[in-house]
Amino acid sequence: MKHTEREMQSLREEVRQMWKQVLSQLEKAKQSFLNNDVELALEIISREKRVDAFELKIDSDCENYIALYSPVAVDLRLVLSLIKISSTLERIGDFAAGIARHVIDDGCNKAETVLIEELQIEKMFDTLTGMLSDGFVALESENTRISGKILAKDAEVDEIYNNAIDVLTNCLTANPASIRYGLKLLLVIRKLERIGDHCSNIIEEIVFYVDAKVLKHNGRKGDENRIVD
Amino acid sequence: MIEAKNIDFYYGSFHALKNISMTMEAHTVTAFIGPSGCGKSTFLRLFNRMNDLIDGIRLTGECLVQGANIYGKSVQVDELRKTVGMVFQKPNPFPKSIFENVAYGLRVNNLGDKKFIAQQVEESLIAAALWDEVKDKLKKSAFELSGGQQQRLCIARALAVSPAVLLMDEPASALDPISTSKIEELIHQLKKDYTIVIVTHNMQQAARVSDKTGFFMLGELVEFSETKKMFLNPEKKQTQNYITGRFG
Repeated sequence: MKHTEREMQSLREEVRQMWKQVLSQLEKAKQSFLNNDVELALEIISREKRVDAFELKIDSDCENYIALYSPVAVDLRLVLSLIKISSTLERIGDFAAGIARHVIDDGCNKAETVLIEELQIEKMFDTLTGMLSDGFVALESENTRISGKILAKDAEVDEIYNNAIDVLTNCLTANPASIRYGLKLLLVIRKLERIGDHCSNIIEEIVFYVDAKVLKHNGRKGDENRIVD
Repeated sequence: MIEAKNIDFYYGSFHALKNISMTMEAHTVTAFIGPSGCGKSTFLRLFNRMNDLIDGIRLTGECLVQGANIYGKSVQVDELRKTVGMVFQKPNPFPKSIFENVAYGLRVNNLGDKKFIAQQVEESLIAAALWDEVKDKLKKSAFELSGGQQQRLCIARALAVSPAVLLMDEPASALDPISTSKIEELIHQLKKDYTIVIVTHNMQQAARVSDKTGFFMLGELVEFSETKKMFLNPEKKQTQNYITGRFG
């Protein structure tokens, strides 16, 4: 293997490790939230710094790779994608930590199980971890055939989010005393919805790297992909 | 505009160029890249008939410059070279003064009087971004100039006879980064007045200076496309392997 390829492998490995860390943070955020596990929430917050450190390291290594090796074509697309993916993973890590803070700050733990089920928060978490895991597989296998399926999951998350607003409106109209925890819940759900958007952005970056197609800002309708030219 | 139509070229029994067809638009910079021995310099030299004196060569197809086949029977090679100038890898000034180097082409072709020649020398040196550096020492030997200055002098010499096309065979490969940068900036400036074709082994240079890039391998034109596309998303796997260093 050439030394440039070794450098690239090393970069990919860092992103791989960061990805696993963020996935773990998101899974723990789910457990922490659903079980009102404050100890686990504290662990998530303490590990947030590791995710931030990964982002800084990957940024720096990507800058070095561009400066030293002047990548072009598929290599350039990969480095550009890795920079954006690591930045997006860091945002997802922030959201996971944000959810953990909600658990610590109280509010959410006062929600009734029935309401949590009606809001489909567990399904949201599961869909998001699925998107993030599938994205990981797509990058590892350099196969973007599942990108449409992953992007469709974001639409599912958006639907749950929109539905949750109606559910909360009805719930809080009937129970005005619960407004504070209702708003807290909405903030958590909003974070989950944003994580879905970020997972979609990651998929778009993988498609850019593998297929040289730009999916951004095209409404994700599928057939309007613009080929880089 | 320069055009190649179904060019096949042989050195004896060696098939050096295989069915090359391409069009280089006027006032653009076209770069040729590819591994050593791929035929890019051979192809470049066809356009001012620099291969003519090599024994055993054979050419089929057409090379058109401004619509005329330059291998037509009525074409005078010295006339052709007034239209198609060439700059080589190594600066090759004549053992004459700076002024006489630039004036040489005009004098041997009896182009203009003393006043015209002086004016043309000045304009060519300005166009080659060398005037400010040499205007006070025009009578000094060209060999007193640095390598980068000598190369720009050779470009000025090529420009003096008012060509339409400038062929450059690795014009900056023997120069330091500062001189290379000056040559690249010069190429960028000159394309508004000339059609430029450059052979380079430096892919970043091709990316920096050219509008379109042709990738040659084993005598074939593998890919010819917009430079931006070539370096972000080449069509052919072979091109990608070469420009990303995975070749071979």
